[in-house]
Amino acid sequence: MTANSISTVRNGQKVDLANLPLVAFGDFRDAIVSAVKAGARLSALFGVALQEADVQGRHAAPGLGDLRLFAVLAQEAEGMLAVTSTRVGDTYPALTPDCPQAHWFEREIAEQWGVKPEGHPWLKPIRFHHSYRKGRDAWNRPVEIPIQPGVTNFFTMTGDEVHEVAVGPVHAGIIEPGHFRFQCHGEKVYHLEISLGYQHRGVERALIGGPGKRTISYMETLAGDTTIGHTLTYCEAVEALADCRVPARAQALRAIALELERLANHTGDLGALANDIGYLPTASYCGRIRGDFLNLTALICGNRFGRGLIRPGGVLFDLDEARQKQLEERLAEAHKDVTNAVELLWDTSSVRARFENAGPVSREMAVELGLVGVVARASGLGHDVRSQFPSGIYRFAQIPVSSYHTGSVFARAYVRWMEIQRSIAFVFDQLKALPDGPVRSEIGTLAANSAVVSLTEGWRGEICHVALTDAHGRFAHYKIVDPSFHNWMGLALALRNQQISDFPLCNKSFNLSYCGHDL
Amino acid sequence: MNALSFIPLLLALILSPLLFGVINRTKALFAGRRGQPLLQTYYDLWKLLRKGAVYSRTTTWIFRAGPMVGLAAAWVAATLVPLGNFPALIAFPADFLLFAGLLGLMRFFTVVAALDTGSSFEGMGASREVFFSALTEPALFVVLATLARQTGQLSLSTMFEPVSGADWLHGGPVLALVIIALMIVLLAENARIPVDDPNTHLELTMIHEVMVLDHSGPDFAFILYAAALKLWMLGALVLSMVLPSSGGNPWLSLALVSGGMFGLAVVIGVIESVMARLRLLVVPQLLIGAGAVATVALILTLR
Repeated sequence: MTANSISTVRNGQKVDLANLPLVAFGDFRDAIVSAVKAGARLSALFGVALQEADVQGRHAAPGLGDLRLFAVLAQEAEGMLAVTSTRVGDTYPALTPDCPQAHWFEREIAEQWGVKPEGHPWLKPIRFHHSYRKGRDAWNRPVEIPIQPGVTNFFTMTGDEVHEVAVGPVHAGIIEPGHFRFQCHGEKVYHLEISLGYQHRGVERALIGGPGKRTISYMETLAGDTTIGHTLTYCEAVEALADCRVPARAQALRAIALELERLANHTGDLGALANDIGYLPTASYCGRIRGDFLNLTALICGNRFGRGLIRPGGVLFDLDEARQKQLEERLAEAHKDVTNAVELLWDTSSVRARFENAGPVSREMAVELGLVGVVARASGLGHDVRSQFPSGIYRFAQIPVSSYHTGSVFARAYVRWMEIQRSIAFVFDQLKALPDGPVRSEIGTLAANSAVVSLTEGWRGEICHVALTDAHGRFAHYKIVDPSFHNWMGLALALRNQQISDFPLCNKSFNLSYCGHDL
Repeated sequence: MNALSFIPLLLALILSPLLFGVINRTKALFAGRRGQPLLQTYYDLWKLLRKGAVYSRTTTWIFRAGPMVGLAAAWVAATLVPLGNFPALIAFPADFLLFAGLLGLMRFFTVVAALDTGSSFEGMGASREVFFSALTEPALFVVLATLARQTGQLSLSTMFEPVSGADWLHGGPVLALVIIALMIVLLAENARIPVDDPNTHLELTMIHEVMVLDHSGPDFAFILYAAALKLWMLGALVLSMVLPSSGGNPWLSLALVSGGMFGLAVVIGVIESVMARLRLLVVPQLLIGAGAVATVALILTLR
């Protein structure tokens, strides 16, 4: 590993593509494996196909491939991001055996570009689409035959009393499609394999050549429940590329919206957790209170999910004094209600008996898998973009990191409750000291041949967007990593040695996004 | 046999679906909602009866027989159950064996019909049902043996006669233990919280519901109605031990039993509102506990 095989950037810092390290594969691999061993976390690992001109032109070198791999590592201790890249051809030695965090990313790379990470322990498609490069497929599937999601090999167990349970993709509740395959012995789950991809829409490919009129709508609908989170991450990326300074008032309003989104979803999750164990009072009250929080977002911008609020350069809606006052009053009311409803959970022994010890994720496992967000914090980790890689108003207004140590369903529920309280306090603080001034500034054209990594702590966890621009300042590539992408594997492992009847409860305690993963 | 002896059967046939309405209304009250109409189960039954049924190609006659045998068994069992001051339509020594056998027949056909679908969900539900009923049935039999010993009677109608203040004075502890055990049996047999959750949509957590997922139309109406009857019958047994004697006044008796049954439904609704479901692995502990409580009662009668 050479000293310049990695370059360090801040969250939302524009860098010249030419200045990003492009190193030999061995150095790339060593740099990632050693950085992860030293405590860094793989935020993104993705491939970008090089243009024909690049392959033959100035980067031409024998033995180098035509796919450029980028890696973004989050170094929490330093509060900095490490970026590196390399080039690979049709195959390369997989990172996964030495760095399990790369597991899902390498499957994605193999599927998207038709390259084979050799030695990958479980190389399967994750979204079930044809390779982006026609005729190149990691599994040598013919181009003319359509690919059916979920049609693949699954891990199986054999034995007289072993049974397999397949759940989904169509579920009993009103949720998104996903397929779950359990290997059980009686009630005990030995292995769970999760197969997604039913919601793959091709968002990342559609963003190339942007930003255009549709781009913002793609961002707002990447994952319907994380509208604010993804839109904010996108806007901060674009603003960095265009050297746009967002007015302070807009930054505060964005943070308020982000926390309201967190409040609505965490409250809904606690209600859903209560519902899954048949605990009626909290289930019904939280269902209503979630609506109260959504309505506060609607009070700001007219849409309960915050669509149309955040735009590059600022926000489209200002908060006048009357509505600000109303927001404070209604938030205080909702605070009281949510406290009453949620404290019932902790006071009821039958609820605690269900939550405690269910679906544990150890701290070591969370580190190894690179889990993020509520799930990571419930396993005793301190990951929180708002405190380690702050952007916007979070650089000035800190929010304490809420974590718990048991890694169980209880921990994930309790972390949500702590975050609800801290988010409410944060929103009150922001409303009290709302800066004056405009809420939007002009945004110019994006810098050409540049790159930016933008991170935001959405309600599920770290949202990572990486934008690369071409010579005309258009997106040459736009990479999106939803927190669910990191965490689905955590759910699969949390189920090991648990009862199959506890799966819905564990699943709800993770509450991951299907469309955010499938893109 | 006189006209009065038809009353327990008629009340069971007509009013049993109302129990679900009362339970749901109680739960809605706790949840701060208005809740579904009291008569919703009747509307559901009527709706289902007018629908067609869908049968999977993988099922056989067993699947179709399940709901019919279940309902028929429930009807016959309902003739054996006394209600408060009203003795059952049919009563003979050791009729409780027939009663327990009919409940077992209902369960057996529900289970084999579930297995007949070949669905992994239904298989799981069937396995749980059989395991748990293997623990509730002994509890029920020990309860019945205790009452047989206590009353010196061998027919449900005489074993479950209304108890007086004197009975409580003499055998209070036994009665209390028997009521506790019977109440747990009632909750478990009728798939109520804390054993099962009748409202859940999550197949992986279900016990009873998951076994009947593939039944539709009139078949499902039969299952729903049989479930209502089963809740009514076990409720009637619990009730008969708590209700005081009406001194032979039939109108007072009628008021007592109807009020009592719906009071019991409210109690079930309250239980379901204030506690979460048990983990599936803990359920056997509760059921064995019911058997233990009943055994203590039996030992007390043997002094």
